[in-house]
Amino acid sequence: MSVIGWLQLALLFLVMLALVKPLGLYMARALSGERTFLSPVLGPVERGFYAAAGVDPAREQGWLAYAFSLLAFSIAGFAALYAILRLQAFLPLNPQGFGGLAPHLAFNTAVSFVTNTNWQSYGGETTMSHFSQMAGLTVQNFVSAAAGIAVALALTRAFVRSGATALGNFWVDMTRATLHVLLPLAVVVALAFVLMGLPQTLAGSVAATTVEGAQQTIALGPIASQEAIKQLGTNGGGFLNVNAAHPFENPTALSNYLNIVAMLGVSAALVYAFGQMVGSRRQGWAFLAVTALFLIVGTGAVYWAETSGNPVLSALGVDPAMGNMEGKEVRFGQAMTAAYAAATTGLSDGGVNAMHGSLTPLGGLVPMFLMQLGEVLPGGVGSGLYGMVVFAILAVFVAGLMVGRTPELLGKKIEAREMKYAMLAVLILPLAILGFSAASAMLPFAVAGIGTGGPHGLSEILYAFTSAAGNNGSAFGGLTANTPWYNTTLGIAMLLGRFAYAVPVLAIAGSLAAKTRVPASAGTFPTDGPLFVGLLAGIIVILGGLQFFPALALGPIVEHFAMLAGQTF
Amino acid sequence: MLSTLRPAIVMVVLMTMLTGIAYPLAITGVAQVAAPWEANGSLIRDGETVVGSALIGQAFSDPRHFWPRPSVTADAPYNAAASTGSNLGPTSAALSGRVAAEVGRLRAAGLTAIPADAATASGSGLDPHISPEYAKGQIARVAAARGMAEADLAALVERQTEGRLLGIVGEPRVNVLQLNLALDGRN
Repeated sequence: MSVIGWLQLALLFLVMLALVKPLGLYMARALSGERTFLSPVLGPVERGFYAAAGVDPAREQGWLAYAFSLLAFSIAGFAALYAILRLQAFLPLNPQGFGGLAPHLAFNTAVSFVTNTNWQSYGGETTMSHFSQMAGLTVQNFVSAAAGIAVALALTRAFVRSGATALGNFWVDMTRATLHVLLPLAVVVALAFVLMGLPQTLAGSVAATTVEGAQQTIALGPIASQEAIKQLGTNGGGFLNVNAAHPFENPTALSNYLNIVAMLGVSAALVYAFGQMVGSRRQGWAFLAVTALFLIVGTGAVYWAETSGNPVLSALGVDPAMGNMEGKEVRFGQAMTAAYAAATTGLSDGGVNAMHGSLTPLGGLVPMFLMQLGEVLPGGVGSGLYGMVVFAILAVFVAGLMVGRTPELLGKKIEAREMKYAMLAVLILPLAILGFSAASAMLPFAVAGIGTGGPHGLSEILYAFTSAAGNNGSAFGGLTANTPWYNTTLGIAMLLGRFAYAVPVLAIAGSLAAKTRVPASAGTFPTDGPLFVGLLAGIIVILGGLQFFPALALGPIVEHFAMLAGQTF
Repeated sequence: MLSTLRPAIVMVVLMTMLTGIAYPLAITGVAQVAAPWEANGSLIRDGETVVGSALIGQAFSDPRHFWPRPSVTADAPYNAAASTGSNLGPTSAALSGRVAAEVGRLRAAGLTAIPADAATASGSGLDPHISPEYAKGQIARVAAARGMAEADLAALVERQTEGRLLGIVGEPRVNVLQLNLALDGRN
């Protein structure tokens, strides 16, 4: 660790701090349908979309209708993407002449992008045509993020309204999030990426004759436009196989900053917008404080573990001064590689700028644990915010038990019904992660997919299902996951992590909206102060720790001690 | 049911046209006009032939050139049509075996200290950079192979070393392709 490294991290923190409020205020206005400086351009497009789709923007939906719309939109998106991937060979913009995807891979990929996971069982530049990348994957990068924002908006309104049944209109929320928030930001970020060196062309690969006379084929494509929304929508699915470790997705230290800021920006600003919309900016800041706490500690832990290096390699004569460099790029440095690893997993982004499977055992434990905490730090666009509210419901419930009062959150009483739905939501993660991991660890054909033996092999499996169920998408890439077993089970884990979470959240929203707001009294536990921040952080850690520590002990922690003892597998 | 189905299908079609066709094409159009060199892959040309991309590393094994980091891409190192890292875990025997062989090769080439980037594969398999330490470690070998004065070579490496933006952002690094092009007088 170095002073420069900490300065690089401090700079990132300051940029984020400066960005959250203006972006959050803009989003609060735009998502509420108020006029913004972009309304003259985007307003007519928005109204045209409603007219064509037969949507009356003034007609609101109850929680069940809202949930059905979310599911119908996701199914339609899945069908369109699955068809594009299967029929790729017959569609335009396929300069490398790639064939269609196998059914299990097309299923996995379509589920992956519709659920905002963006797990990639394929290598982009060796599998996907430009058309599939643009009209297939990029579209879901936008709308799966917008659907997450929509669910978060419905939950937000549940706190604002009293005695209401309607939560808003899914089609309006999703359209506004795409048109007024994600699209303008994507245009700005994509153009900035082009200036930083990301390719943006419809041409195929270029043949080069290297200095020493060899042939090098350089894959190109419309990379900048996809990279922008990949980060802004916390998708994480790269155009190229190695994601943002590739010099064409992330050519400089500066583009690395923009990558991280773009992925954190919308999620963090949405938390601020939540505070603004429920009339308590302090509540927004309290949630952001919890997020910052975890991300700073997580980044510091990865930074420390990676600069400590790998003693197995040091024993072979490698100078430990640079730390562990396997799977890392020289241009980013250890500090900003650590920041990326923590941010991409605290968020449900899942893009990577280093190969997580080659991180040191403890350096790899941190991203895995951040995902297991529920992807709420600040989580995926939208999904992170509603996940955080679920944890806040649990936190006020625990606080209520301790002092013997009915718990309240933002003026709404939390009762048995909300608690049941909240527990239903949070129990999906351990079920999907530990259930599928245990099955895979016992099935010989699933074990055959691991890349590194010993405890790291278990980590590879555990990481895969953690990433899928958390809708993250990053991987310990040693695992050969492009098999019918993994493509199918990971696909199911992604679906559970997305919809078995979002639907109970909408049910909570429906239940809360119907209640009347009670004014705060002397007996109300304040949920916007440091005490609550500590309590909420504690609940998140304890819940995650209880569920996953035994599995982590068998994977990364055993591997850490094996590494210190110089044992290899 | 139908009242949900129609918006679902129409919205997917409209969003595909807007975000999947119009958006990437518009960005492509602007990029091709505003920054054509970057938008087409930052290609370095020597006359008509493309020598490589300024952003993508390439394989060098001639003792008269500076060497890049190890690369484990399929078929050949620095295969820019199929990027990949090793994805080997820190306790992998395959990793320590590969690094041991690399350390042996570097020692045979005259390196006394082995910087970590010199012995390990990058995440992309296409890392265009090496650390200044690794570049300096190669000066004696390249100078001997070329019959050049070490001081001249050291000055060239110094000139080709990129620093931190504003003194903070980024790591000091040397682009191997550009260093070797300068060495061959082809830049």
